[in-house]
Amino acid sequence: MSAATSKDAPGVRVLSFSNKLSRWDLKISPYLYISPFFIMFAIVGLFPIAYTAVISFMDWDLVRNSGEFIGFDQYIWILQQPHFWTALRNTFSIFLLSTVPQLILAIFIAAMLDRNIRGKTFWRMGVLLPFVVAPVAVGLIFNVVFADNFGLVNGMLTDLGLDGIPWHKDPFWSHIAIATMVNYRWTGYNTLILLAAMQAVNREYYEAATVDGAGPLRQFTSITLPSLKPTLIFVIITSTIGGLQIFDEPRVFDQFGRGGAGQQWLTITLYLYDIGWGQWNFGRAAALAWILFIIILLIGLINLLITRTLVRDEGSRGIEKPRRLKKKKELAR
Amino acid sequence: MSTTTLTPESSESAETTPARPLRRRTTHIRGNRPGFWTYTTLAVVFISAAFPLYWSFVIGSGDANSLRERPWWPSGNFIDNALAVMSNEAVNFWPALWNSIYSSFLIAMAVVTTSTLAGWAFAKLRFHGGPALLAFVVATMAVPQQLGVVPLYILFSELGWTGQIGAIIVPALTSAFGVFWMTQYLRQAVPDELIEAARVDGASMIRTFWTVGVVAARPAAAMLFLFTFVGAWNNFFWPFIVLDRQNPTLPVALSLLQSNYFVDYSIVLAGVVLATIPLLLLFIFAGKQLVSGIMAGAVKG
Repeated sequence: MSAATSKDAPGVRVLSFSNKLSRWDLKISPYLYISPFFIMFAIVGLFPIAYTAVISFMDWDLVRNSGEFIGFDQYIWILQQPHFWTALRNTFSIFLLSTVPQLILAIFIAAMLDRNIRGKTFWRMGVLLPFVVAPVAVGLIFNVVFADNFGLVNGMLTDLGLDGIPWHKDPFWSHIAIATMVNYRWTGYNTLILLAAMQAVNREYYEAATVDGAGPLRQFTSITLPSLKPTLIFVIITSTIGGLQIFDEPRVFDQFGRGGAGQQWLTITLYLYDIGWGQWNFGRAAALAWILFIIILLIGLINLLITRTLVRDEGSRGIEKPRRLKKKKELAR
Repeated sequence: MSTTTLTPESSESAETTPARPLRRRTTHIRGNRPGFWTYTTLAVVFISAAFPLYWSFVIGSGDANSLRERPWWPSGNFIDNALAVMSNEAVNFWPALWNSIYSSFLIAMAVVTTSTLAGWAFAKLRFHGGPALLAFVVATMAVPQQLGVVPLYILFSELGWTGQIGAIIVPALTSAFGVFWMTQYLRQAVPDELIEAARVDGASMIRTFWTVGVVAARPAAAMLFLFTFVGAWNNFFWPFIVLDRQNPTLPVALSLLQSNYFVDYSIVLAGVVLATIPLLLLFIFAGKQLVSGIMAGAVKG
């Protein structure tokens, strides 16, 4: 410690009390600052995760609030349920129907917002508007759009002399309806993230590409998309984590909240709720929670691999940043 | 000391960069004024964002028949429907509104406080195990909420807290995202020299944090507050599990509105409008900050 002192303060120094206090302050303070977060986090974040693992290997008794160790039985039980596989299929179907169109739309809208438009703030706020509406409220609003008999869509279809769409009877159409609710709420949010990434692209590339005779489409696929890669990976991973947990919208899609009479839109989290707080079987609910977590991890990894190969990495181009470009940007403002 | 050794190198590289021949181009290639189609597309996007809200007001201001009649303009029943929501005994609208306001506020305050403190330590103070702890916090952001609900429910029923609003506040008091967000922001917002200067002047660690860190953190803290508030206000899964219909939050109350056998959608949607108005007000005043918050977070994320 004395060596460190002499390095910091050359010359003769006696380690006074206040000096000692200050060293102690320097050492201990970081831990003091992170402790409120970590203490709370350990109690309400880490402990439950670990304990879920413990409970998932138990037959949990609700009355005594304790369990008996039974190994992998709960996992085996879950994997043997046809409802689980239906829920898995529905979750994936809703996830794909929401993520894929949502990302394409978001890239497209972001490209529009990235142009030199008037009223930037207005349009940006406009796309974000649905973000402040609660998912439950979005679900209830879209229920009158997708109601089987007099909903907005089916009403207009009947006016045109067409048959209404079986929004609740048919799994596929119920997934479309629920995915639409998800898309409504999240497209604008992802648009803004992608827009920020687009604005970070060095504008000189576009100038060079224009000089080389590349059209807008070519510029988009060869410059914009590759530059978006890290952001796209981020957006895809966050929507995977969120999308596979979907609960709110399917829960309010009808007044019973059980995922439909024939499990048309039963999702994994709805099923988890039903096992935990409908059948009151906590061991099985805990096992299902872990299965969901493992699925999310797997899909996250697969996504990462796919995105890495699909979107080419052209990062080496982006290292040089001439100073005059910065000036130009400042002038443009 | 380290800066002096670096100076010659950096000045060298600064010289080499502009040595390339400068091409002068004044045409704004991407700066072309966008045309009719861009604005039309944006208008379509805007209408799709706003129409569902408008439509819920149209239905919410009608009566039980308006779903079938599909009027395009609002009718005059909104106040009646809103009163029906407020007086509905199954829904408990006023307690729900109050619960939503104060739980979201407390959660956002706590998250901002714990995240600013921890973010300051991770971003600007060097300590043993710091980087590893931060990586661990970031990794936990991938953990779904579902993984914690069973033990939390057991814990709160042991404490006798089920049905209490505290059961939704306490688990939300910290946020891994918040710590990550504040760390990222403070790392680039505060130059290390400033902290060193404060230390040289004899400021204690807490004083440095208060006079340098907190002041610099304010913009990011305001955004974190907004996002946490909106997130807490809209949260449904855990409140739905642990709260009951006597003491709900707004989303839980909304879900109760339609869980009847005969659903009058004009009343349900009047409830939706009522529950959305507070956040719409927030959006009008702070929407700009939300936009810039998302865009700022994206560049770093």
